[in-house]
Amino acid sequence: MSAIAPTTILAILPEILLLVLGILVLIVDPFWKKDESRRAGLGWLTAGGLLVIFAASIFLARPGSEPQPVLGGMLRHDWLAFAFKIFFLFAAAVTVLFFVDTEQLNRHAESYLLLLAATLGMCLMASAADLVMLFLAIETTSIPLYILAGFLTQDEKSAESGFKYMLFGAMTSAVLLYGLSLAYGFSGKTDLLELSASFASFSPLALGTIFLILVGLAFKVSLFPFHFWAPDVYEGAPTPVTGFLSTASKAAGFAVLMRLFTTAFPAISKNWTWILAILATLTMTVGNLIALAQLKDEGNIKRLLAYSSIAHAGYAMIGVVAFSEMGIASAVFYLIAYLLTNLAAFGIVIALSRVVGSDSIAAYKGLSRRNPTLALMMLVAFLSLSGMPPFGGFVAKVFVFTAAIEKGWIWLAVVGVLNSIIGLYYYLTVLKYIYLYRMEGENEELHPVPLTRPYALALAVLTIGVIMTGVIVAPWVRLAMNAASGLF
Amino acid sequence: MHFPILSIIVFIPLVAGLLILLYKPDQKKAIRVTALTAAALALLLSIIVYIAYDKSVGGYQFLEQYKWMPFLGISLKFGVDGMSVPLILLTGIVMLTGVMISWGIEDRPREFFAFLFILATGVFGVFSSLDLFMLFFFYEIAVFPMYLLIVIWGWIKTREYAAMKLTLYLFIGSVVSLVGALVMYWASGLHTFDMLLLEHAHFTPEFQKLWFPFVFLGFAVLGGIFPFHNWSPDGHVAAPTAVSMFHAGVLMKLGAFAALRVGIMLLPEGAKFHMKWIIFLALVNIVYGAFIAMVQTDFKYVIGFSSVSHMGLVMMGFATLTPEGLTGAGVQMFSHGVMTALFFAAVGMVYDRAHTREISELGGMIKFLPLVAIGFIIASLVSMGMPGFSGFVAEFPIYMGLWKTRWLIAVIAAISIVVTAAYILLVVHRVFFGYMPTKFEGHIGPINNLDKMALVLWCVIMIGLGLFPSLMVPWVQTGVQHVLALLGGA
Amino acid sequence: MELLTNHLLTLILFFPVLAALVLLWLPKRQLKLIRWTALAVSLIPFLLTVYLWTQFKLGQAGFQFEEQYTWYAAIHSTFHIGVDGLSLMMVLLTTLLMPLALLASFNIKDHVKAYMILFLLLETGMLGVFLSVDLLIFFVFWEVGLVPMYFLINQWGSEKGEREIWKGVKVLARNYASLKFIIYTMAGSLGLFLAIQMLGVFFQNYDLPVLYQKWNALTSGTMLGLSVSTVKTVAFWAFVVAFAVKIPVWPFHTWLPDAHTEAPTAGSMILAGVLLKLGAYGFLRLVLPLYPAESQRYAGALAFLAVMAIVFGSFASYGQRDFKRLVAYSSVNHMGFVLLGIAAAAKVGIHSTDAALNLSSNFALNGAVLQMFNHGLSAAGMFFLVGVIYERTHTRNLDDYGGLFPLVPVYGGILIFTSMASLGLPGLNGFVSEFLVVRGSWPVLTVYTAVAMIGLLFTGAFILKGIKSVLHGPVNERWVGHLSEINTREILVMAPLMALMLVIGIYPAWILDVINKAVTMLFG
Repeated sequence: MSAIAPTTILAILPEILLLVLGILVLIVDPFWKKDESRRAGLGWLTAGGLLVIFAASIFLARPGSEPQPVLGGMLRHDWLAFAFKIFFLFAAAVTVLFFVDTEQLNRHAESYLLLLAATLGMCLMASAADLVMLFLAIETTSIPLYILAGFLTQDEKSAESGFKYMLFGAMTSAVLLYGLSLAYGFSGKTDLLELSASFASFSPLALGTIFLILVGLAFKVSLFPFHFWAPDVYEGAPTPVTGFLSTASKAAGFAVLMRLFTTAFPAISKNWTWILAILATLTMTVGNLIALAQLKDEGNIKRLLAYSSIAHAGYAMIGVVAFSEMGIASAVFYLIAYLLTNLAAFGIVIALSRVVGSDSIAAYKGLSRRNPTLALMMLVAFLSLSGMPPFGGFVAKVFVFTAAIEKGWIWLAVVGVLNSIIGLYYYLTVLKYIYLYRMEGENEELHPVPLTRPYALALAVLTIGVIMTGVIVAPWVRLAMNAASGLF
Repeated sequence: MHFPILSIIVFIPLVAGLLILLYKPDQKKAIRVTALTAAALALLLSIIVYIAYDKSVGGYQFLEQYKWMPFLGISLKFGVDGMSVPLILLTGIVMLTGVMISWGIEDRPREFFAFLFILATGVFGVFSSLDLFMLFFFYEIAVFPMYLLIVIWGWIKTREYAAMKLTLYLFIGSVVSLVGALVMYWASGLHTFDMLLLEHAHFTPEFQKLWFPFVFLGFAVLGGIFPFHNWSPDGHVAAPTAVSMFHAGVLMKLGAFAALRVGIMLLPEGAKFHMKWIIFLALVNIVYGAFIAMVQTDFKYVIGFSSVSHMGLVMMGFATLTPEGLTGAGVQMFSHGVMTALFFAAVGMVYDRAHTREISELGGMIKFLPLVAIGFIIASLVSMGMPGFSGFVAEFPIYMGLWKTRWLIAVIAAISIVVTAAYILLVVHRVFFGYMPTKFEGHIGPINNLDKMALVLWCVIMIGLGLFPSLMVPWVQTGVQHVLALLGGA
Repeated sequence: MELLTNHLLTLILFFPVLAALVLLWLPKRQLKLIRWTALAVSLIPFLLTVYLWTQFKLGQAGFQFEEQYTWYAAIHSTFHIGVDGLSLMMVLLTTLLMPLALLASFNIKDHVKAYMILFLLLETGMLGVFLSVDLLIFFVFWEVGLVPMYFLINQWGSEKGEREIWKGVKVLARNYASLKFIIYTMAGSLGLFLAIQMLGVFFQNYDLPVLYQKWNALTSGTMLGLSVSTVKTVAFWAFVVAFAVKIPVWPFHTWLPDAHTEAPTAGSMILAGVLLKLGAYGFLRLVLPLYPAESQRYAGALAFLAVMAIVFGSFASYGQRDFKRLVAYSSVNHMGFVLLGIAAAAKVGIHSTDAALNLSSNFALNGAVLQMFNHGLSAAGMFFLVGVIYERTHTRNLDDYGGLFPLVPVYGGILIFTSMASLGLPGLNGFVSEFLVVRGSWPVLTVYTAVAMIGLLFTGAFILKGIKSVLHGPVNERWVGHLSEINTREILVMAPLMALMLVIGIYPAWILDVINKAVTMLFG
C-alpha cells in the first residue's frame, strides 16, 4: 500500500480524532468511579474532547483552494465537507452538554459513544465522494441514532420512537441502496464525479434512479412525503437526541444531497430542481400548517418544533433548487443558522422539562417570570426561526430567497415568504404563552426554573451564535461561499 | 462629518435596551433613568443632525458605510436627506416623550423598555438606511417588538387579537415588499443593495410598472393605506400608551417613508403610472377614516381612525408627485407624529385615572386635568388643519398639489376637514368639558411633572411649526427636490 | 420712533397676543388684576390705531404702512400686511370695541384669565383679516378667529337653555350654538379654502396686488379642463358663500341667532360688532376686486339675498319674545343693507361711463362701509344693554319685563338712544348709512330696494316694540325694588359708542371722507 500522506491524515483528521475520543471514553468509563461526579465528568470529558477536535479541525484540517480527492477518491476534502464537519462537531459538543444533566443519558458511556459514532458517520457523509462510501457513511450515522432515539428503554414513547425510526430508516435505506446500485449499473462507476457522463439526459431510467435516491435522502432530510416519521420520533426520543436529529442529522442529509445532485446530475438539473421545488413547497406548507394544530394547552412543544423543522428543511431546499453557487451557499448558510437556532430551542425545551417534567405548551405559561433569561433566549430562538432580524434566521431566509429569485424561481420565493407568515403566527403564539399567560395561582416567583452549568454554557453559546449569524455575517457567508464554490 | 453620528443615533437605543436587560427586575429606578438618559441622548443627537444638515447643499449627508456582506453587495450604509432628517427628529421626540409617559409602568419595566428600545433602533435604522437590505433589516426589527409590547402590556380585552393581527398584517406587507426588492436587486444587474446606486439602475418601464404596486403597497400597509388599514385601529387601541404613541407617531411614518424611498424613488416610472389609482385609495383613507372616527364610542378608537385619515393625507401628498404635495406630505409626517403622540398620551392619562374610555361615561376632565385638556385642544386644532398650527402648514400644500393633479379629489377630500372638526370638537367637549360623573370625583389625580413636560414640548412644537413654517419646510424641500429629480429624469 | 413707524401694523396686530402671554403668567385668583391688566393692554392697540389714523395719508392709493416678511416660501406666501382706508375703518372699529367689550366683561367670575386671553387672541385674529394683503394670511386669520369665539360661547355662554338635537337627546344651548357656529363657518369656508388653493397653485403667488392684476388679466382660455369663465364663476360663488355665511346673508344666517343669543354679553358685542364685518370686508376686499365681471352678472342674485335678509331679518326680529334674539335678528337685517349697497355697486361695475350710475354706485358703497362701522357701534351697544338688563333680571323674555323706565331711567334713556340709532333715526349714525345705501341702490336695483323698504318699516316696528316691552307700559311689580340702575362702569362702556353715534349722525364728514376716498380708489 502506498504510504498514507500527511495530507490525507489531515483531511480525515476529524474522523480519526473522533475515533480516538470514542475509544478513550470507552476505556475510561469502567474506571470512572460510579458516583455523582461521574455523570457530569464523562460528559464534560466528551464535550471537551469534541471541542479539541473542533479546534484542531479548524486549524489543521482546512482544505486548500482546490478540492482534493482522498483515499483514492472515496472521500473529497473540500470546503463543503469541511464546513459541514465543523457544524457536526459543534452540534455534537452542544448535544453532549445537554446529555450531561439528563437522566439515563448520562449514566452510561454508551450514549456518548453512540453520539460520537453518529458524528463520525456524518463527517464521512459530508465528504463522501463514492457511492459505496456514501452508503457506508449513511448507515454509520443512522444506526447509532436509531439506538439513541430509543435509549430511554423504560419510556414507551422512546421505545416506540426508536423502533419507528429504525423501521422507516431501514426501509428507506434499502430503497436508497437500490437507487445507488442503479446508478452504478448505468455508469459502471462508483465515483461520484464520474457519474455525470451517464446522466447527461433525462431518460426514464435517470428519473427512476433519482427518485429512488431521493426517497432515502428525503427521509434523512424529512422532506415531504417522507416526513411522517419525524413528529413521532422527535416527540418520543430523549430531547437532546431530538435536538441532534433535527439539526446535525438533517444537515448531513443535505450535504449528501447537495454533493450528489450537483456532482452527479448537473446536466439534468432543470428536471430535478423542479422535483425538489415541488417537494420543498409541499414540505414547507404541510409542516407549517400542521404545526398550527399544536397551538393549544395540550399541544406538545416537541411536536411543534418537529413540524417547524420539517418546514425549515423546505426553506433550505429552496437554496438547493436555485442550482447555483449562490444557491448552495445560501442553503449552507441557512443550515448554519438553523442548526444554532434549533439546538437552542431544544436546549430550552430540555431545561424546562427537567424542572417541570412536561413538554406540553401549557408548561410554558409564565416562563418570563420564572426565568426571564431563559425566556429571552427562547425569544431569540423563535424569532430567528420565524425569520426576524437581527438574528440568523432573517439573513438566511433573505439569502435563500435572493438566490431563488436570481435564478428565476420567483414563485418559489413567494411560497417561502407566505409560509414564513404562517410560521410567524405559531412562533409568536408560543411566545405569547411565555410572556403573557400566567401559571395557575400566579406565583411564578415560587417556581423558578434554574439552569445548571452545562445548559447555561451551551445555551449562551448558541444564543450568541444565533445573534452573530444575524449581525456579523461575513465570516459565515464566506464559509458558505467557499463550500459552494467547491461544487461548481 | 466623520463622526459616525447616525450609527450612534441608531444604536443607542439598542445598546441601552441590552443594558437594561442586564439589570435585576426590581431595579426599577435604574431602569427608568437609563431609559430616559438614552432617549434624551438620542434626541439631542437628532437635533444636532437636524441643525447641522446643510440645506444649501441638499442631498444625502452624514454618510457612513461599513461592509457587511460584500458577496451580495450589502453594506451598512447610513445617510439622511431632507425628507428623513425631520423624521429622525420626530423619532427622537417620540422616544423621549414615550419614556416620560411610561414612567409609571410597574409590570416588568425591564422588558418593556428593552423591547421599546429595540423598536426605536429599528425605526431610526429605517430612516437612516441607504442600503435596501439594511432597510428591511431595521424594518422587521421595528415590527416584532410591537407584538410583545401589545400582547404583554396592552388592553386586556383585545390585546391578543390585535397584536397578532397587527404583526401578521405588517409582516405580510413587508415580505411582499421584500420580494419586490429582491427582484429589483436581481433585475438591476448591479449586484448591490446600495440605494444610491439603485437610484440610477434604470429599470425598464415595464419592470417598474409591474413591480411598483407590490413594493409600494407592501410598505404602505404599514402606512395604513386602505384597504389594508384594518390592523391599525385595533392595534392602536390595544397597545399601551407609549406603544400607541410610537405606533401612530412613528411606525406608520416608516411605512409611508419606505414606500417613498423604495417605491417612488427607485421605481419612478412605476410611480407615475400607478399613482393615478393609488390617489383614490388615499382619498378613501381620508374621507372614510374621518367618517368612521365620527361614530366611534371609544375615545381611543376615535384617535385611531383619525390616524388612518391623516396618514391618508400623507399618501395623498405622495400620490400627487408634485413639489407642493410632497412637501406637504413630508411636513405632515412630522406634524401628525407629534400631534398623535399627544393625543394618545392624553387618552392614556385619562384612562389611567378614569379606567374607562367610553365617551359616554366621561366628562368634565378639564377640572382636574387642565393641561391635558389644553394640550388635547391644541392637538385637535392641528388635526382640523387650523391655520396657526402645524397641521395647516402640512395640509395646505397637499391640497395645492391636488389642484395640480386632480382638483376634484381636492374638493372631495376637503369634506373631511369639516367632518374632522366636528368629531374632534365633539370628543373634546364630551370628555373634557361638561359634567364630570360623580363616580370620578376624588379619583382623578393630577399628572406628574414628566407628563407636563411632554405636553408642553409637543404644544410648543405644533404651535412653533404652525407659526414659522421655515423651521422645517426648507429641509423637506431639499428632499423633495431630489425626489422630483428622480421622477423627472427617469 | 422708527420701530413704531416701520412696524406699526405688526405692533397693532400682535400686541394682543403679547398681552395674552403676559396674562398667562398672572395668578388666576387675582381677578381684579387680571381684568384691569387686560383692559389696560387692550387700550394700547386702540391708541396705536388712533395714531395710525393721524398718520394715514388720505388720497394716496394702495396700501400704506406695508410690511412684508417671508413666511411660507415653499408655497409663495409671505406675511404681507398693510392698510388702506377701508381696512383702517375696520381696524379702528375693532380696537375700539375691544376695550369696551373687556370693560363689559368685568362681571364674569369663572376662569377670568382664560376668558381674557381668549378675547385677546380673538382680537389678533380679527385684526389679521383686516390687515392682510396676502390671500393665504387672510385665510389663516379668518380661520384662527373662529377658535376663541367657539370657546367663549361654549364655556361662558348662557347657562340656561337646552336644545334637542335628535331623538330626545338634549344638549346645552350654548354647546349647540358654539358647535353650529364653528362648523357652519368652516363648512362655508371650504369653498374659499379650495378656491384660494387653486389661485395659489395657478399663479404661484398669494399676494393680493399680484392676484388682482393677474386674475383679472385672465379672461379667456381653459383652466383645469374647463373654460376660464366657468372656473371664475365657480370660484366666485365659493368666495361668496364663505362670506355670505359670515355676514350673514339669508339663507346662510341660521347660525347667527343661536350664536349671538347664547354668547356671553361681550362675546355678542364682538360677534355682532366685528365678526360679521369680516364677511362684508371679504366682499369688498376680495370678491369685488377679483371678480368684477361675475359680481356684475350676479349682482341681482346678491341683491335678492340682501333684501331677503333685510325683510326676513326684520320680520323675525318682530316676532321674537327673547330680547337678545330680537337684537340678533336685527343684525341680519342691518347687514343686509351692507350687502345691498355692495350689490348695487357691483351691478354698476367698474367700467361704467354713466356719471349718474357711478355716483349711485359710489353712494351705495359709501353707505355700505359706513353701515359696517355704524352697525358695529349700535349692535355692540344693543347687546351690551341686553346684557345689562339680563344681569339684573336673569331673564331675556320680553314678557317678563314691563314699564321699567321709571325704575331705571338712565338705562332707559341710553336704551332708547341706542335703539334709535339702530332704527335709523335722522341725527344718529344709522340714518346716514342707510340713507346712502338706499340712495345708491335705488337707481340701480329699484325693485329690490323697494322691497327692502318693507324691511325698513318693520325695523322701526320691532325696535319700538322692543323698547315698549322693556321700558313702557305699566310697571311690572316683580322688579320694583329689585332693579338697580345702570352703574358707572356700564355707562363708561356705552359712552364712547353713544358719542360716536351722535357725532357720525350729525357730522359724518370726518369719517365719510376717509371712506369715500378709499372706496373711490378701490372701485373707481
